[in-house]
Amino acid sequence: MSLGFPAAIAHLPESRQRALLAVGSFLLPILVWCMISYLPFLWHPKVMVEEPGGVGYFQAGMLIDHADFAEQARQMREQGLALPSGIPANPIYLPAPHLVAKAFYTGFTTPPQGRDGVWLHESLWHSIQIIFWGFVISSLFGVPLGILGGTYTVLGRLQEPFIEFFRYLPAPAFGALAVAVLGIYDGPKIAIIVIGTFFQQVLVIANTTRKLEITLIEAARTLGTRGARLITKVVLPGILPDLYRDQRILLGWAWTYLIVAELIGTSSGITWYITQQARYQHFENVYAAIIIIGIIGFGSDLLLARLGRRLFPWDRTQERK
Amino acid sequence: MDALPSYLDQSEAVRARFARIRQREVILEVRGLHKRYQSAQGETEALRDINFKVRRREFVCVIGPSGCGKSTLIRILAGLESHSAGDVLLDDKPVSGPGRDRGMVFQGYSLFPWLTVKKNVMFGPEISGFSHDSAEREARLWLDVVGLSKFADAYPHELSGGMRQRVAIARALVNQPRILLMDEPFGALDAQTRAKMQTHLLEIWRNLDITILFITHDLDEAIYLADRVLVLKAHPGEVQEVIEVPVPRPRLPGQFSSPEFRATKDRLEALIHPAEEDGDLSPALAEDSALQQHMIRFTDVADNVE
Repeated sequence: MSLGFPAAIAHLPESRQRALLAVGSFLLPILVWCMISYLPFLWHPKVMVEEPGGVGYFQAGMLIDHADFAEQARQMREQGLALPSGIPANPIYLPAPHLVAKAFYTGFTTPPQGRDGVWLHESLWHSIQIIFWGFVISSLFGVPLGILGGTYTVLGRLQEPFIEFFRYLPAPAFGALAVAVLGIYDGPKIAIIVIGTFFQQVLVIANTTRKLEITLIEAARTLGTRGARLITKVVLPGILPDLYRDQRILLGWAWTYLIVAELIGTSSGITWYITQQARYQHFENVYAAIIIIGIIGFGSDLLLARLGRRLFPWDRTQERK
Repeated sequence: MDALPSYLDQSEAVRARFARIRQREVILEVRGLHKRYQSAQGETEALRDINFKVRRREFVCVIGPSGCGKSTLIRILAGLESHSAGDVLLDDKPVSGPGRDRGMVFQGYSLFPWLTVKKNVMFGPEISGFSHDSAEREARLWLDVVGLSKFADAYPHELSGGMRQRVAIARALVNQPRILLMDEPFGALDAQTRAKMQTHLLEIWRNLDITILFITHDLDEAIYLADRVLVLKAHPGEVQEVIEVPVPRPRLPGQFSSPEFRATKDRLEALIHPAEEDGDLSPALAEDSALQQHMIRFTDVADNVE
């Protein structure tokens, strides 16, 4: 059940209301982040040293716990040395929004470090390829198996118990095995995506296939359709909009396996970038990279959703969303 | 009220017409048909020893209380369900499985939602190997017959319930079946649309070489449409009586109050909703009376609406 809109935006047309709320759903978390970052009284558990004063180990820009800073200041006062000065700050792992925003730009303009370094966009492209091939290979087998399992009861009952069992095995657990079989480069990474996606895919698509109105199949049979043509002429077109939606959800699923997959063998892609930046404590770059993954995933899903409305004009369920 | 004639009395014209029908060849013959299936309560007998014949261009309605197996019967005839014993003969040849020679119109919306109206009708011809062009020609012809030429390129969800059923009829007829099986095709329509559809169906039937077997639970509908009404009884499903409808053709909505019509309806009522005569209540009736006895009053005693 859902209730209507609050009075403040109730007079606007529904599409405007929806757009406003969609923007709001992103602005709210950003607002929280800004408040924590820019309002010193909200959290700021650290002190950033500006003048070390007499404290030997203090350096400008250092982040010190409040208590330690106060203790050092007290000692300096007792010893009659110069007092340190500092301002409240957040821990290094929580950079301010404007730093992350800047990192978006500098991430793409900074040349790679080291001999075999790669640009950020190269890392991203590599990751996208891993996802793409993992998802394509999984779909190549998962979609037909799902449709057949959903159509033919015997096949469904033969394959599903094992698949139900297998889907509980965590895909990353196969990492070492995948490296042993497929080497250290892209092979095992793609394999992890496939293992993480395939088993869910068969079950989800078999379920979707089973939901097809049985009357449609019966009508087609009374019109003279039989055998494989029932699948190609009725089942497949009948479930296509739902199949497409399932695939969108499963693609999102594949994305969530990306980071684990890329840690296997030689670290690569966006994961390599993230771990490198984290090692040097460039957390604004880490956040930027994570947000980029989100933007690519969410953006591609929006595009696919729009494409779906074009592809399936008869699909009523989309109009209600 | 005047005394009604017996439903068995037929005017000269009606009797002559039935005599002519009996001269025609048999299209569909059902011989000793049984249907048993296993359920949680053990073996259930859905249909017991069903026998009847349908002749060319005859309009036969099957009627019966819920649970009498009328849907099971038509699904067996369509080849969508198996039977336990007996024969279903179409043109003297036993049928097995669904086929183009028996068109079917379902109660629910069975149109393919991903195809336009025209493509829905083209489905049958295309699956049986017609070229795209000739399939399209056929589809246009039959859409014209059901009066939906203007909606050829619409999708089913854009049509009203009555229009969808007309498309379903065109889709079944385009295959030029020997018999058209209709499983409560107008059951989901509102009363007004249903009346229109009945008249429309009679119009189609009159102008085509088509034999129709029509399932319904609506007594008026059965009498209005049928030459003969096959009355089933429930638990197990058995033929109770085959009634030759004495209402003359052409049928018009005005005949609903004619003496023949009312006499036939009285007879059907008596067969389907028998009066509680010998205390031997059917389970459904027993449930009904239990419901009435246990009605609890939720309003103030003095607050009467009647």
